Amino acid sequence: MSDPMRIRAQLKDGGVTEVRVLMAHIMETGLRKDASGATVPAHFIQSITATHGSKTVLNAQFGPAVSQNPVMNFSFKGGAKGDKVTVSWTDNKGAKRSDEATIA
Amino acid sequence: MKQRRWISTVTALSVSIPFALSVSAQQDTQKEIERYRQLLADGNPAELLEMRGEELWKQKRGPKNATLEACDLGLGAGKIGGVNAVLPRYFADVDRVMDLESRIVHCQVTLQGFTQAELTKRPYSLTVGERQTDHEALTAYVVGQSRGAAVNVPQAHAKERESFARGEKMFYYKGGPYDFACATCHSVDGQRIRLQDLPNFQKADNAQRAFTTWPAYRVSQGAMRTMQWRLYDCFRQQRFPELAFLSQASIDLITYMGVKAKDGKMDSPAIKR
Amino acid sequence: MNLQRRTTLKTGGSLALIAAAVSAGVLPTSAFAQWNKNAFDAKNLNDVVKAMGGATAEKSNDIAITAPDIAENGAVVPIAVASKLANVESIAILVEKNPNSLAATFDIPAGTEPNVGTRVKMGQSSNVHAVVKAGGKYYVATKEVKVTLGGCGG
Repeated sequence: MSDPMRIRAQLKDGGVTEVRVLMAHIMETGLRKDASGATVPAHFIQSITATHGSKTVLNAQFGPAVSQNPVMNFSFKGGAKGDKVTVSWTDNKGAKRSDEATIA
Repeated sequence: MKQRRWISTVTALSVSIPFALSVSAQQDTQKEIERYRQLLADGNPAELLEMRGEELWKQKRGPKNATLEACDLGLGAGKIGGVNAVLPRYFADVDRVMDLESRIVHCQVTLQGFTQAELTKRPYSLTVGERQTDHEALTAYVVGQSRGAAVNVPQAHAKERESFARGEKMFYYKGGPYDFACATCHSVDGQRIRLQDLPNFQKADNAQRAFTTWPAYRVSQGAMRTMQWRLYDCFRQQRFPELAFLSQASIDLITYMGVKAKDGKMDSPAIKR
Repeated sequence: MNLQRRTTLKTGGSLALIAAAVSAGVLPTSAFAQWNKNAFDAKNLNDVVKAMGGATAEKSNDIAITAPDIAENGAVVPIAVASKLANVESIAILVEKNPNSLAATFDIPAGTEPNVGTRVKMGQSSNVHAVVKAGGKYYVATKEVKVTLGGCGG
């Protein structure tokens, strides 16, 4: 089960929309050992896509070195107040999550 | 310097601080650490937990299939804005002083029909990577609704004053294998563990900064920690007996800290190292 | 392995159909982008650049890394990268002394600012590299970040 993302999209001066994303994910490196000495398998978000309407505004790939509960900030041109920005991720175990925010 | 060395030793956290070479180098380090903290504040994963908590708060749950929206946290049924700035306080319906976390549990018992025992069995997520508990999520949501509110923990009722007095007594109570009190580290200036400055509760600004920034998301643990947890962990580090969740002792210490932090502006859940 | 790609291929029918959908802008292209395992497995800057399809990365003053000089906790080190280079296609963040160097990559489509930020784990004090692909070439800028507490256990 994955918890929803927190996405904030804000139109700034100059027609640039600033997007700030918080994702709930353990981002397990695969290098940590648990109390019994067994290695905890890697579990991390691999791919993220952000779209505005039908246009992809960002593609990102993460490795396990991205911090737990990842933060991702970016900005793009062409957004208007009220438009939707959708962010989706998939992790290395095949889990997915997609959430959207309205540009404010 | 003498004080600092002593503190590292007693807390068994004597990690070398390679930057503490000279006063100016130390000041530069402090400035950079401050900058690091500011960069972190811009995006606090505790917000994810606040969202989960809000959903839980408004969801019909428990044997009575009710939401928590009618919960009276001290400012009237259903009011949650600013409550964390005026808690702990006296509640007539239970005839005692309660802190925020006690009251949230109280509402889950009275409104939703959960038992106190099941709610207090495992209030914190303690193992690495464990999903945060419902208690932590609910607490995150409620305290987040008090951002910007001025701390004004009431002392009008006799039981509120008694709570403060007991809290104060405990704050100065020396004990444990290392024979020290909360006050040993928290009523003098310039104390720190590694790079964390310890608040001196005799100074209003220090007390305000401490009280208004708990609960907090701990980046080192990848989890948001509540005020009850903060005190539980202080007791553990002091090698005191375990501070029981929602115990009167825990509430009284929170009352003491809250009164000392009067007029501070709530800014939690915060984000810390 | 890319589960998403496999399911998409199975359910989406022919490749031609998918290609048509992508070019029509119906589907985000990323749904088909392979996670670059070779790049994420690489142990140093040069190998990462090679795995991303480049030869070497040229030093550039047109890349700005915003990161603290000292991070209190290596588990969470905020890193932002902005570039003034023309035609930026992608930005990558690397931590030299991590077990695997590459932390994250960002593809920058036209219309998206060459300015991204995230937070990374650092096992110890290390150089942080920002690799920017612009106009088909690779450029790099470097900043040292000291860590007072390692981010892979402490």
